[in-house]
Amino acid sequence: MNGEQQPLGAVPLRLWAALAISLALQVVWQASRPAPSFSARDLPPAPRPYALRLASLGESAAAARLLMLYLQAFDYGGANTIPYQKLDYDRLIEWLRAIEDLDPRSDYPLFSAARVYAENPDPAKARAMLEFIYEKFLEDPNRRWPWLAHAALLAKFRLKDLALARRYAASVQRHATAPNVPLWAKQMEIFIAEDMNELEAAKIMLGGLLESGKIRDPEEARFLQRRLEELERQINKPLSSKSLR
Amino acid sequence: MHPVSTIARYVLIEARRSALPWLALVAIAIALALASFVSRVAITEGQQLRAVTGAALLRLCAVFFVAVHVAASMVRESADKTMDLVLSQPVSRSAYYIGKLAGFAACGALLSAFLSLPLLLWSAPAAVAGWAFSLAAESVLVAATCLFFAITLTQALPALAATAGLYLLARSLAAMQAIATWPLVSKRPLQEFAGWAIDLVGLLMPRLDAVTRSDWLAYGLPAAADYARALAGIAVFIALVTAAGMVDFQRRNL
Repeated sequence: MNGEQQPLGAVPLRLWAALAISLALQVVWQASRPAPSFSARDLPPAPRPYALRLASLGESAAAARLLMLYLQAFDYGGANTIPYQKLDYDRLIEWLRAIEDLDPRSDYPLFSAARVYAENPDPAKARAMLEFIYEKFLEDPNRRWPWLAHAALLAKFRLKDLALARRYAASVQRHATAPNVPLWAKQMEIFIAEDMNELEAAKIMLGGLLESGKIRDPEEARFLQRRLEELERQINKPLSSKSLR
Repeated sequence: MHPVSTIARYVLIEARRSALPWLALVAIAIALALASFVSRVAITEGQQLRAVTGAALLRLCAVFFVAVHVAASMVRESADKTMDLVLSQPVSRSAYYIGKLAGFAACGALLSAFLSLPLLLWSAPAAVAGWAFSLAAESVLVAATCLFFAITLTQALPALAATAGLYLLARSLAAMQAIATWPLVSKRPLQEFAGWAIDLVGLLMPRLDAVTRSDWLAYGLPAAADYARALAGIAVFIALVTAAGMVDFQRRNL
């Protein structure tokens, strides 16, 4: 304790009581409020890219990633059984576009677009997101091919739109020409046309991504592994119920 | 010992005895906690997210601590007449000013080096070293700017407000210039004038958006020539603000 201060006992009891009561009031007041969560309708319109750039004070890499964390909180928490179902996808795509403009070298917006938002059960929303991925792929095909390759799988297995899947696959095959692109991606049209189920295709794709060194981040590897396990569970579920019968 | 080094040494002793080292430790603890939080909610780029958010926070802390320390120290020295006492000795005003600046600059550089250490957990050592050196240069610039304002304005709050204003402007000026040249902006005379005014201000400002960038930790340092050019701009501004401060200090009636 500092020598310039009086001992604690020098403070009158009524002041201690006032402090204790106000502290208890503060804690009770805050505890009584519902836990904050962003619902779908809370998503505001995306800011202009130049406004984001100005607000980021030159820290565009940090701002872009923090904005992605902010964005992924919408329509996800609380008692939400189907995340992102109610989200306005036009607005969401504008946000992703603005964040991608802020830091074009970050993979976060396209990773989320392909692996999270495009897996929406609503076909119209999924299609809108796949088109966004396609648009962004064309700007830097040798780096962004994994997202369009995943989009091709989603088009084939989730949307059951083989024509769309072939269009994306052909685009990967034509534009992704870097030496580190795996063979299956360079022959994406054949890969899409092959008669295999979604799990087999996803496993080949994930293996290829790991082999090509595209996935170095542990969080990303864990996330993709979890997704693969979920897919495995979904595909095996009807099979096991059939075998039980 | 030369008066400049004696004054600089006492500035460093004062900084060591202040709350600055403890504040630096708290800043590191908060940066580690923030990094841990963001990595829990990130689904990809977790390592980069930790590095860039931690770096952005530590950069702000370094700059804020240096500015507050300089302003508080100079105003206290002026209020308790230590400055008058030192200048009554055979010490020139220039030596006093340079001594103070050297001390604050060393303090800023040491603080920057210390605050950069946690970034080694998430980024390559070469990138962290480049970032830390740039942060040290930025801290010296803030120290020089705050010293100028503290000497000129003689009060802590105006000095801090002026330093913060200049710092924020220097970090956002490039974005403002880009906005002013946006092709869809209507070219009315007032907008034209605003564009020129921003360009004119840009001639007198350092480009702080080009230094200590957190994306260096995520994607690697820029080309050596770009890095050197960015830091040379900082050095030029430090020379300008130091010269301005010394001119003002020479003219002041003590």
